[in-house]
Amino acid sequence: MHSEAAIREPLILGHKTYHDITQDIVGPIENKAPRGWYVLITIAGLIALYGVGCIMYLLSKGIGVWGMNKSVDWAWDITNFVWWVGIGHAGTLISAVLLLFRQKWRMAVNRSAEAMTIFAVIMAALFPLLHMGRLWLGYWVFPLPNQFGSLWVNFNSPLLWDVFAISTYFSVSLVFWYIGLIPDFATIRDKVTKPGMKKVYGILSFGWSGNAKAWTRFEEVSLVLAGIATPLVFSVHSVVSFDFATSVIPGWHTTIFPPYFVSGAVFSGFAMVQTLLLIMRKVMKLEAYITVKHVEYMNIVIIVTGSIVGVAYITELFISWYSGVEYESYAFINRATGPYWWSYWAMMTCNVISPQVFWFRKLRRNFAFTFFMSIIVNIGMWFERFVIIVTSLHRDYLPSSWNMFHPTWMDAGIFIGTIGIFFTLYLLFARYFPVLALNEVKSILKVSGESYKKEAAKHHHH
Amino acid sequence: MANKVIYAVYEDPELLKDGARKLVSNGIKVKDTWSPFPIHGIDPIIGVKRTRLAIAAFMFGITGTCLAGFGIWYFNIFDWPMNIGGKPSQAFYKNLPAFVPVMFEFTVLCAAHGMSITYLIRNKTLPGMPARNPDPRSTDDKFIIEVRTADNHGHSAEAITGLLRETPVFEINERQY
Repeated sequence: MHSEAAIREPLILGHKTYHDITQDIVGPIENKAPRGWYVLITIAGLIALYGVGCIMYLLSKGIGVWGMNKSVDWAWDITNFVWWVGIGHAGTLISAVLLLFRQKWRMAVNRSAEAMTIFAVIMAALFPLLHMGRLWLGYWVFPLPNQFGSLWVNFNSPLLWDVFAISTYFSVSLVFWYIGLIPDFATIRDKVTKPGMKKVYGILSFGWSGNAKAWTRFEEVSLVLAGIATPLVFSVHSVVSFDFATSVIPGWHTTIFPPYFVSGAVFSGFAMVQTLLLIMRKVMKLEAYITVKHVEYMNIVIIVTGSIVGVAYITELFISWYSGVEYESYAFINRATGPYWWSYWAMMTCNVISPQVFWFRKLRRNFAFTFFMSIIVNIGMWFERFVIIVTSLHRDYLPSSWNMFHPTWMDAGIFIGTIGIFFTLYLLFARYFPVLALNEVKSILKVSGESYKKEAAKHHHH
Repeated sequence: MANKVIYAVYEDPELLKDGARKLVSNGIKVKDTWSPFPIHGIDPIIGVKRTRLAIAAFMFGITGTCLAGFGIWYFNIFDWPMNIGGKPSQAFYKNLPAFVPVMFEFTVLCAAHGMSITYLIRNKTLPGMPARNPDPRSTDDKFIIEVRTADNHGHSAEAITGLLRETPVFEINERQY
């Protein structure tokens, strides 16, 4: 049997049996939800309803109710789009990239991180669709025969690449997530006693039986999906960055964008994973599975990607001066000292300076501090997209068309609304779905479980 | 004599593997195993062949690349070439760099979905399918070996259970079928 060095911290605390793991995850699904869950879903649901109301209003009036104008024709909507897609990236990074690297700590967090990815991408996709103004013609982005539109879509355009990237990313993530869920739904099906629940989870589990060949196929399909989801996730945010990088707007037209966007995405995504998991481990009593070590690992990812983002900001700044292009230099001087200086410095503080505190071991192993930092990073990454989009557009080549962007209640309402919808979906997931990948966590129990490790170490010394 | 199916229930995948090795070395064919998570190393013991799903994924992926390439050529080069900023779409190879992202995404789309659908069909796991595991505990904490007397004509049910009792088995259940 595979064994693990005693010096590695255990990933499952205390003494657990396979049955305990099933019980810890299926128990909360079977029993009544804690009061806290009802409070949270009521708040999230109300915010979501407010968001839906704002969306309805926008659809009835047109996107003129947003604060955009002729100069700043992309603003909060595209900021929100990039922010939400970026958040999604952490889920795929955990479930696919860390699977290829055989990182066992991913097993406790991948299920909920993937759920976050799916919900975040849904929120992201909403914004370009709303930006189109006529939501019901959204299918025109696909190459459909001419009677649907006037022409074929343009395959030279990054905006079209985005359509393919986001739809592929969403559907592949969904399938990857569901394939992992099937065996766990089967566990719930075989465990619950209420006939209604048995029936529902029976349908959701697709009749999974767990015979030897099925597991062989399961592992193969997980590995291959991880292998193709890895270049996919890198391509998605690269393509999002092409939306900007291929246009000749000062501040956008830079080759550094793809790696800079991808690391920024992972950075913000991990922050959101921390925000969600730190609450969930308490509410769902998952302290034995999502440990301080898991949080520390994620904080290390945050400091690495945050530092890459910091280097990218400074490189951008240097190149804008070194290029000798006056428009480019001005774009950056304007970012730091122009009317939106506060957003630039908010971004710099939240994304470059603050994550560096995670060099201190004490701080990156502190739950309350990590939670606080995760919020800071989420705010910082939202400002990054705002800075890139709005400060570049509001003053470009012609001073006669310089303008300011002022958000309206609809800008704010729809953004906050998507946060409400996102949390509503996530809370429903946490209540009715297995929040840990049961089959994966069980497979590492005897190798990385605390009591088993201690037992193995004792034998080793004799 | 009625055919019998014997289920040997174990509490750990390593113990199950010991049991399976014992049976196989005595010339008994193991029909299948049922477990809550993959038992690494069971396949060569009980003779489960390697899956060809990865090959299927590759085929689906290649199909996707070709379809995307053909589609883009037809839409943007053949049927309605566009002149964008003085850079006309004249030939597929000249525009190819701009077509790479969509061809890549479509390759991934076809490979992932093709493979997943094949996987679900081959495993007989589709919405509404009945569960076939013999014991509900096999998705929780029990690891089960299934042996059928019909597959093992030289051995009686008693001989097989006798062998199983020599292994660290948790319980043995027999059923007629």
